Amino acid sequence: MEEKILTRGFDIKNLFEIDVYLQHGGYKAVENALLGMTPSAVLEEVKKANLRGRGGAGFPAGVKWSFVPQKAETPKYLCVNADEGEPGTFKDRYIMSHNPHLLLEGTIIASYAVGIHLALIYIRGEYEAIARRLENAIADACERGYLGKNILGTGFGLDVIVHRGAGAYICGEETALLESIEGKRPYPRLKPPFPASVGLFQNPTVINNVETLANVPLIILNGAQWFVKKGLPKDGGTRIFGVSGMVKKPGIYELPVGTSLRKIIFEYAGGMRKGKKLKAVIPGGMSAPVLTADEIDLAMDCDSLAGANSMLGSAAIIVIDQETPIFEVLKTVTKFYSHESCGQCTPCRIGTSWIHKIVERIGQGDGEEDDIDAIIRLASNILGKTLCPLGDAAALPILSLCRKFRGELEERLPR
Amino acid sequence: MSPEYSGKLRKKIDEIVTRYPKKDAALLPVLHLVQNEVGFISPEEEKLVAQALGIKPMRVREVVSFYTMISSQPLGRYHIQVCSNLSCHLDGSDQLIDYLKRKLGIGVGETTADKKFTLSTVECLGACEQAPCMMVNFEYYGQLDEARIDQILDRLI
Repeated sequence: MEEKILTRGFDIKNLFEIDVYLQHGGYKAVENALLGMTPSAVLEEVKKANLRGRGGAGFPAGVKWSFVPQKAETPKYLCVNADEGEPGTFKDRYIMSHNPHLLLEGTIIASYAVGIHLALIYIRGEYEAIARRLENAIADACERGYLGKNILGTGFGLDVIVHRGAGAYICGEETALLESIEGKRPYPRLKPPFPASVGLFQNPTVINNVETLANVPLIILNGAQWFVKKGLPKDGGTRIFGVSGMVKKPGIYELPVGTSLRKIIFEYAGGMRKGKKLKAVIPGGMSAPVLTADEIDLAMDCDSLAGANSMLGSAAIIVIDQETPIFEVLKTVTKFYSHESCGQCTPCRIGTSWIHKIVERIGQGDGEEDDIDAIIRLASNILGKTLCPLGDAAALPILSLCRKFRGELEERLPR
Repeated sequence: MSPEYSGKLRKKIDEIVTRYPKKDAALLPVLHLVQNEVGFISPEEEKLVAQALGIKPMRVREVVSFYTMISSQPLGRYHIQVCSNLSCHLDGSDQLIDYLKRKLGIGVGETTADKKFTLSTVECLGACEQAPCMMVNFEYYGQLDEARIDQILDRLI
């Protein structure tokens, strides 16, 4: 069954306006946390909820927060990752446009727990209208005393800045995002040190995805136990699955973590369009290795997907039908990564563009017998040899397409 | 750029700079502002921005040349950006791009002679449930077909 805890209220008219939000119990979580809990109690509650990151990596949010030194001489920052560049992903757009105050509540509570006084929402440049909506929400929240100095008379203060990106996939990678905010070319940093100790302007920094933070008020209002029960013991809550491609009803579906992929496609998203047959599924955004039609009896949680050699990523499901040549999928994937590789690491910069050139050549009818092997060799040489996960994110889906659909791809090559 | 105009722009830039704990962080928002006002970022604007932030023009160039949404060339009054990523591709974005090329008489990356339209393809716009989709300036349009494109473009003056 659909489990609307995060998206509950999305059908309330003008929920993005603070008065409407307050009429529906808005800012109650902030009041509960700031007036009734110590920062460490908030942190413990989020830890117990096993809230895993919704951006892609699935790292437990509470654990991430606890890495930030409690007593720091320097300022600490929160960066909200609203870059949403992973192809297939559009859930954060829904959260921010329908319920910006829920994100702000999560931002305030997270900052309170970690002792942060400046948060930056890094939003992809294309979401210009949503950035304006967030700015209005921030201004309204300041006016009502939920942001700014001395929130609710507690002495705790927080400012929030909306910072627009400018069209670069790499900025969704957390250290590239930091470089981007610092006004530099967004080249990812070598880790460690991790942003929790050396982040924005070399200061301790928490970076959380929009959906991750939007869950925090729900945990505060209902408790960690409740949240865990909505999902799985080690992976609490719901996920907003974004389904696109050849299904009857593309859109977002908020479901318990661990819902079956088959069910999501064939029940919630209405099944295949116009009697089309399922060929393949990308289960977690373009970076996730592809699954074939007979691999979809899978629970959609971080660990189950990892067990199937893919990943839950941003829970963006792209459904591919039998009539679509896998070669077209491969071409789109390789075009994307060769365009979006930031160019810092040679294996990724050269590898993605070589692979794409080979694929283009095959497309023009000039394929060579051993091209698939060449692509596999090049992709394997990117894997594990780059500073940031973009290299692996490019190599893994390419390798999965070549290995699982080799026969079909080789039909394009001379025998 | 007239000195009077650049003075006004400089004021707006300085206002953005005050929001940030470090000046450098204002670079991207300032570039958005200047591009919005001037239309594109030429070496002249790079210099203005560099001066306002107290950094070298080369630092500005490094950033301008990286991001697809910051243009160092003038664009048409309406910038049409069609998504060519997977979900849109599955739903026929290729055919729509061909249709737009024929309709506007230009290739991808080109601007019409009357400077009204620039046509680009872009990677995922984050609106995959509305595939195929495009942006015209900052306006999103989804579930496109040729008739809907006609309807959208005919309304633009």
